[in-house]
This record gives sequence, structure tokens and C-alpha cells, in this order.
Amino acid sequence: MASLKVNFAGVEFQNPITTASGTFGSGMEYSEFVDLNKLGAVTTKGVADHPWPGNPTPRVAEVKGGMLNAIGLQNPGIDTFIERDLPFLQKFDTKVIVNVCGHSEDEYLNVVRRLAKDDVKDMVNLLEINISCPNVKEGGISFGTNPKGVEEITKAIKKEAVQPVVMKLSPNVTSITEIAKAAEAGGADGVSLINTITGMKIDIERQSFVLANKTGGMSGPGVHPVAVRMVYEVANAVSIPIIGMGGVETAEDAIEMMLAGATMVSVGTANFYNPYATTEVVDGLEAYLNRKNINDVKNIIGAVR
Amino acid sequence: MSKKVFEVASVVAQEQLQPGIFDLRLKTEAAQYAVPGQFLNLYPKNETKRLPRPISICGIDKENNELRLVYRVTKEGSGTQEFSSYQPGEEIKILGPLGNGFPLDEFAGKKVIVMGGGIGIPPMLGIASALKGNCVAVMGYRDKNAFLTEDFQQVGAQLILTSDDGSIGVRGNVIDGAKEHQLKADVIFACGPTPMLRGIKTYAKEENMECYISLEERMACGIGACLGCVCQSKDVDNHSKVHNKRVCKDGPVFLAEEVDL
Ligand SMILES: Cc1cc2nc3c(=O)[nH]c(=O)nc-3n(C[C@H](O)[C@H](O)[C@H](O)COP(=O)(O)OP(=O)(O)OC[C@H]3O[C@@H](n4cnc5c(N)ncnc54)[C@H](O)[C@@H]3O)c2cc1C
Ligand SMILES: Cc1cc2nc3c(=O)[nH]c(=O)nc-3n(C[C@H](O)[C@H](O)[C@H](O)COP(=O)(O)O)c2cc1C
Ligand code: FES
Repeated sequence: MASLKVNFAGVEFQNPITTASGTFGSGMEYSEFVDLNKLGAVTTKGVADHPWPGNPTPRVAEVKGGMLNAIGLQNPGIDTFIERDLPFLQKFDTKVIVNVCGHSEDEYLNVVRRLAKDDVKDMVNLLEINISCPNVKEGGISFGTNPKGVEEITKAIKKEAVQPVVMKLSPNVTSITEIAKAAEAGGADGVSLINTITGMKIDIERQSFVLANKTGGMSGPGVHPVAVRMVYEVANAVSIPIIGMGGVETAEDAIEMMLAGATMVSVGTANFYNPYATTEVVDGLEAYLNRKNINDVKNIIGAVR
Repeated sequence: MSKKVFEVASVVAQEQLQPGIFDLRLKTEAAQYAVPGQFLNLYPKNETKRLPRPISICGIDKENNELRLVYRVTKEGSGTQEFSSYQPGEEIKILGPLGNGFPLDEFAGKKVIVMGGGIGIPPMLGIASALKGNCVAVMGYRDKNAFLTEDFQQVGAQLILTSDDGSIGVRGNVIDGAKEHQLKADVIFACGPTPMLRGIKTYAKEENMECYISLEERMACGIGACLGCVCQSKDVDNHSKVHNKRVCKDGPVFLAEEVDL
């Protein structure tokens, strides 16, 4: 039996598979289908220091190869998250990655500081900082598109965080490796990529935008080759570990991500059309290793150079 | 909260009721858990169409493990067009039953009006049937191409028809129909296009009736996780902590007073 254990920034995960932030809530809804104990970690929906209402609807649109979303980071705020969602996740034998969003450096820091307090700090294993959401006007992506800004916000967060910090990167940049290097220079313990690729869909009958926000982030199988390429480039540019994501729907897709250099892999949009996608990926990964006589999943990380 | 299944259902029968309107019967375990007013997510086989098509449950047959869905083909090349080509025995992925359903027990023995407009009519047949016909059903069609009218009569509901062009029943919409027949009741259950629901909400308020409406919104997960499908709530919602409720999970049926349309 192959070992699926990975170590990411000093944290042990029973396997490399987690959920992509925003596609799995805090696990509560999907736990009706998925045994959360089988996941390496649950990555939660972006949480801010106060409740956010998000964008007007329509917020989602189907496109060839996946979907567009412009949820706009609706979230109930850190207090509710701590009261309701964190205790729920403690019931499972899985790790917790908390995705953090903010409109300003202060707002990110408020969440990070709250999660550093004694009552909750042990319930959170990693922080994933979303500096790459294309759907909010302030904050989000505006932090994630220039290297200087990325380095600064990473530094500021590292100063306050007690958990390892993973910076989540946007593909909507000229050079994702520059941004990854900036995160590393700022002291990030890891990076995750890719967030969604900004897209647009037009309704030709109504001659108007399908999404109320006009633009939305593309995700799903269509973005997978782009994500694999970016993971590969970033893996060659930095020495911190990577959570790879973007269009992963099967074990084969996850294995590609790992071969390209990801230590962990998130499953996102696929959950929407297969609620069992995450655990099927875990099972398929194990079957692949056994079939290839590979005794440790770590051996495939970055194996294609 | 009812149990949900994600499974491959099979087509038992499919029939065209009117041009573009199809009546689909599925064999599915979801029938065991379904209540009227809930919906199923159907997934097209076409891999460029990965998001679910939410379709209301029109009839529940627990004994035979069957659900009845009546839907409209929206356009050429759509997911619903794919469904309309399915023959008996065809497999189809489904998730459900989803959502909350109408609060029928709360109004047991009370006077009920069910109102449906266009493709909002099918779920109201499920309600009329669950009420064993003890209701007035006001159903609004575009023109004379009506569907399910015999079914409403069969379950014993008092049926009032309306049509936009006046070719059948009362000319106008369902509110015109209710006014014409001077209907009075304790509660209205309604499903249909948003402008119609807005009108019904106002009408119910004027007439001092309670009112529950079933809403539509674009969906991705269908189970309350992605926050794609929200509607505006009057008060801060207890789950979201903002003025948003999830149509797929907190709805699709809402107390009309609770939501801003
Ligand atoms: C709770 C609920 C119950 C519904 N019940 C019924 C019913 O009983 N009968 C019926 O005919 N229709 C019903 N609808 C509308 C039905 O879901 C859409 O007509 C259908 O999804 C369109 O799919 P398509 O493949 O034809 O169109 P496409 O244009 O190919 O769809 C593209 C995407 O947009 C979504 N979409 C398009 N129109 C709608 C819409 N009006 N509401 C939600 N999503 C939409 C589709 O689900 C798909 O993800 C219901 C919608 C909801 C939300
Ligand atoms: C509906 C939806 C909501 C999302 N919300 C968030 C979020 O809150 N924070 C975040 O960092 N990324 C968010 N994302 C991006 C995903 O985590 C992921 O990076 C992206 O979708 C690519 O992976 P996928 O193709 O497997 O979905 C969201 C994506 C979708 C589709
Ligand atoms: S469709 Fe995902 S929350 Fe309703």
C-alpha cells in the first residue's frame, strides 16, 4: 500500500487532496455526501473580518469547459465562522485550511489575528490568503497583481500569523513566477494557484451580460492546462511548496498537478457536478500509485522536470 | 432536512405535452425522500454543459420509486433539449431532492389557492395533489396551448384558467383570474415568473392572505455551498449574516414577506 501522506509547510496531511475555497462551503453541506475524514484537508470559503453581502445575481454562468462565477466573496464574517464552522470541522479527522479575504491590509490582519488567539488557533492548520479574487473591486486581486504589494502584504501577515501562511495567486498577471517569488520573499510558507481566470459571457438574445457583475472568474476543466503550466513554472521558480488547483475533476488531473510540482491539490468546480469528486480523486490517486509500484506519493511531486 | 441522493436515474417514460413542453418520469431513489415543492438537479451528458438544470418535482410516486418532471425546452442545443430526446431506459444523473418545499402541514384544513404561471405550473400540480384537490388552482398560460389541465381536474382541484391572449379562460394573468372569481383563502402558494410573483405578493397583502412563493435562480452546487443562487431577504439571514438567502437550500419556497423581489 502506497503512503499518501504529505508534509506541507511543516503540517502533516493524511493525503494531498483538499477542496478549493468557495466550492465546498465549510464542508457542512457536502458532508451529506462525502466522508470528510477521507480528505487531506477542508479548505473553507473565504472569510473576512465582517459579513460581506457579495455581488448581485446572476452570479454563475455555464461556459464551455466550465463556468464563470462572480460570487463576490459573500461570507458571514469571522465571528460566525468561529462559532459555527470551525467547531463543525473539529468533529472530523481532517485538517483545516482557512481561506482569508479582505478589502484592505487591516481587514486581512483582523482575521489573521483573530485566528491566532488561543481559543481557536489549534483548530486551524494553514491560512490561505486570497489576494487574487477577480470579483471584488477593492482588495482581492488588487493586492495580488504587483510583486511589491504581494511582498508587503505577505510580510505583514507573517508577522501576525501563528499558522503557516499560503498566498493564493492569480493567473491574471503577466508573470505568475514574479508574484510567487514576491510571496516567497515576503516569507510565505507556500503558495496556492490558480485562482479563477477573468472571463465574460454575453447573452446574444438579450444582448447583455449573463453575469450581473459583467465579468466573472472562469474555473473548471477548461482552465486545467493553464493551471498545470503555471504550477510547473512556479515550482521551478520558488522553493516553497505549492497547492495546485484549476479544473481538477479526476485523479489523473490531480496526478498531473503533482508531477508538475504541487505538493497538495484542491478540487473545486468538479464538486458541483460530482459531489463525490474529492474522495474519488483520493481513491484514484492511491490506485495509480499502487499500479505504478510507487510506495510514496511524495515521489511524484515535481517528478516531471 | 430530507436525505439527498446523487445517482444515475433512468427514464421510465417521456411524452410531449405541447410544443416544447415535456413530461418526464424518472425511476429514482430520490422519490423516497421527496416532498412537493422540492426540485431535482439534472445533469446533461454533453460535457460542455456541466452545471445542473434545476427542475421542480411535479409528481411523486413513492410506491414505484418514480418522480414526474415537466419542463420546457429553452432553446436549440440546450441541456433541456438534450433531455427531451431521451427515450425510456436512458440514464440521467440527478441530485436531489433539493430545497425545502411548501409548508403544507401548517395549512392543513385551511383554504388554499395555488397559482402557477407558465413553466411554474408543474410544481403546483404536485401541491394540488398533496392537498388531495382541496384547493382552488389558478393556472396562467400564454395561449391555448395549455398543459396539465386534466391532471388538475383529476386530483379534484377547482381549476381556473387564464391566458395572456384570452384564448382560454380569463384573459390576463392569474391575479386577474383570482379577482374575476373573487377568490378568498387563508394562503396562496405560487410559482412562476418573477413579475407574476411580485404581483401575487402585493395581491395577497391587499387581500390579507399569507403567501408562499417558489423562486428561481442560476445554480452551481444546488446544496447551499457555493452561494451562487441567492435572493435578497428582508431581514439579515441567520445563516449568511447578510440580506441573502440561498434559493437552493433555504428555498426555493419562501414566505413572500421574507424576500425582496
Ligand atoms: C428551483 C427551480 C425549479 C425549476 N423548475 C422548473 C420546471 O419545473 N420546469 C422547467 O421547465 N424549468 C424549471 N426551472 C428552470 C430551469 O432550471 C431552466 O429552464 C433550465 O435550467 C434551462 O436549462 P437549458 O439547458 O435549457 O438552458 P441553458 O441556457 O443551456 O442553460 C445554461 C445554464 O443556465 C441555467 N439556467 C438557464 N435558465 C435558468 C432558469 N430559468 N433558472 C435557473 N437556471 C437557469 C441552466 O441551469 C444552466 O446551468 C426551474 C428553475 C429553478 C431554479
Ligand atoms: C463558486 C466559486 C467560489 C469561489 N470562491 C473562492 C473564495 O472564496 N476564495 C478563493 O480564494 N477562491 C475562490 N474560488 C476559486 C477556487 O478556489 C479555485 O481557485 C478555482 O475555482 C480553480 O479551481 P477549479 O477549476 O477546480 O474550480 C471560487 C471558485 C468558485 C467556482
Ligand atoms: S446553488 Fe450553490 S448555494 Fe445554491
